[in-house]
Amino acid sequence: MQRKFAFGSAIGILTVSLSFSSSVFSQTPSDEIAKYREMIADGNPSELYEAAGEDLWKKPAGPKNATLEKCDLGLGPGVVKGAAAQLPRYFKDTNKVQDLESRLMTCMQTLQGRNPKEMVDAPFQVGPKKDIEAIVAYIVTASKGEKIKVSTNHPREREMYELGKRAFYFQGGPMDFSCASCHGEDGKRIRLQDLPNLTTQKGATLGWGYWPAYRVSSGQFWTMQQRLNDCYRQQRFPFPIYGSDLTVALSMYMAKNANGGTVETPGLKR
Amino acid sequence: MKNKNIKSLLACASLLTAVALPVSGVMAQQQNDPKFNKMMKEGFRAEGIAGLDRIQQDETQKFCSDPVFAGSEKGQAMREKIQKINMDSIRQPSDGKYIGDWKKGEAIAQSGRGATWTDKADTPIGGGCYNCHQIDKKEISYGTIGPSLWNYGKMRGNSQELIVYTWNRINNSKAYNACSNMPRFAHFKLLNEQQIQDLMALLLDPTSPVNQ
Amino acid sequence: MSDPMRVRAAENGGIVDVKILMKHDMESGQRKDAAGKLVPAWHITTVNVKANGRDVLNGQFGPAVSKDPFLNFKYKGAKGDKIVVSWVDNKGDKRTDEATAS
Repeated sequence: MQRKFAFGSAIGILTVSLSFSSSVFSQTPSDEIAKYREMIADGNPSELYEAAGEDLWKKPAGPKNATLEKCDLGLGPGVVKGAAAQLPRYFKDTNKVQDLESRLMTCMQTLQGRNPKEMVDAPFQVGPKKDIEAIVAYIVTASKGEKIKVSTNHPREREMYELGKRAFYFQGGPMDFSCASCHGEDGKRIRLQDLPNLTTQKGATLGWGYWPAYRVSSGQFWTMQQRLNDCYRQQRFPFPIYGSDLTVALSMYMAKNANGGTVETPGLKR
Repeated sequence: MKNKNIKSLLACASLLTAVALPVSGVMAQQQNDPKFNKMMKEGFRAEGIAGLDRIQQDETQKFCSDPVFAGSEKGQAMREKIQKINMDSIRQPSDGKYIGDWKKGEAIAQSGRGATWTDKADTPIGGGCYNCHQIDKKEISYGTIGPSLWNYGKMRGNSQELIVYTWNRINNSKAYNACSNMPRFAHFKLLNEQQIQDLMALLLDPTSPVNQ
Repeated sequence: MSDPMRVRAAENGGIVDVKILMKHDMESGQRKDAAGKLVPAWHITTVNVKANGRDVLNGQFGPAVSKDPFLNFKYKGAKGDKIVVSWVDNKGDKRTDEATAS
């Protein structure tokens, strides 16, 4: 009995010291990157987009010459604070589950009379998408520090979650990639970029809680739709349609998995 | 007295659940879902060289999109079938040559280009190997999705068996592991014979930096 | 028309900490586009910051400064100081924004 115990504790100590040494090693590049992020967090250029977004929210636009100040993002018309932390969600007026960007398109269409096709077709960072990106920066900043709190009470919300989960594991393209190929396991990285495991609460928070973000390598503010779009490009898939149910379902999957985590947007990425 | 009853009640409940689970279909293969299919079909458009045919799944992709079933005991037979289909599709080099030029191999391993909708049809496709693997230790920017290949040849020798195994692995990793994360480079014509010969050299040539 | 800057100034113990985020592409003039052509230089050349009308910083920016520059410096000042930040770029475009030290 005693020998078993001694043996067991020896194994235990060995495992602990092994995991300690490997975690010290593997934390070093991540630690350095975290330090770098802290250093530049003060001058997050997302703030420039946020300022522009606030102006656009309050400025009359479109054929109806109206502002977006009556836009309902889920917490009532015009309520911006904390709204992003609870998206995606079901909306009665459109009878669908919507993420922030598809909801903004709804508001820009119904309140301002703007053309949704133009918004969908525009390239990222250009024209109506440029406006949406700025407004997104404004809206998500107003949820910074809140807890991610996405509901699946409504049957449509539950359905979207399950569809998103299935899409997450859907393999396709000439490289057989699914989202799970990169984001389905703990402790993996692609080159030197750590990959959060989006199927767990911890990992999903690192993904969902930190995007949208200003991406230093492209010098641009990327919304979640743009992040998903570029993921699919790297997966060698065809082009995801902006604001499609597919993109909302994936967002629903990630957001719900992240529930309880803290909103850190707008983020700052390499 | 109360405790004893609760304990036995719990024991019964857990036994029932344990029995109930397999019957509930958790281990059965994912069903076809028309709503899901519609969402996927309407979620994409063609762009550049990336057409909608890319979301038509083959048998391997369909099977591996359901990791719960794919990894289960019930999925074992299907796994073996998928592995055989992939193995049968592999062609040995047409010129009988397995080892090419490791310098070219390193460049292929470094390049992650090609096959995206921003690439052209004639953009040379890279192996993207460093995305997932450590290969030459001098390269510190490597991924950890796949195992380290440092000293690959040095550790394994150069038997014909090993050479053919490595060739097969690069051509179509799913011949050995049905749901391997590694792309099927020959199957989807991502890399040609010459390129794979060069990658073989990177891994197996005794003069390759990988084997120092 | 240039985009607005974000200027913040916080006073503490007689020192004002000024943080400025500028929106500018800052093309160095050395980059090539997808077609292989040189992207012409377009970047801020001078930056001036005044506190209550007095110069507290003069800077000459060049091609080494990256996109959307962030500038952070301290000077001896007081709460209520009126901070005015101006920049000029190599095309002659200008921008001026203000803040009050809080």
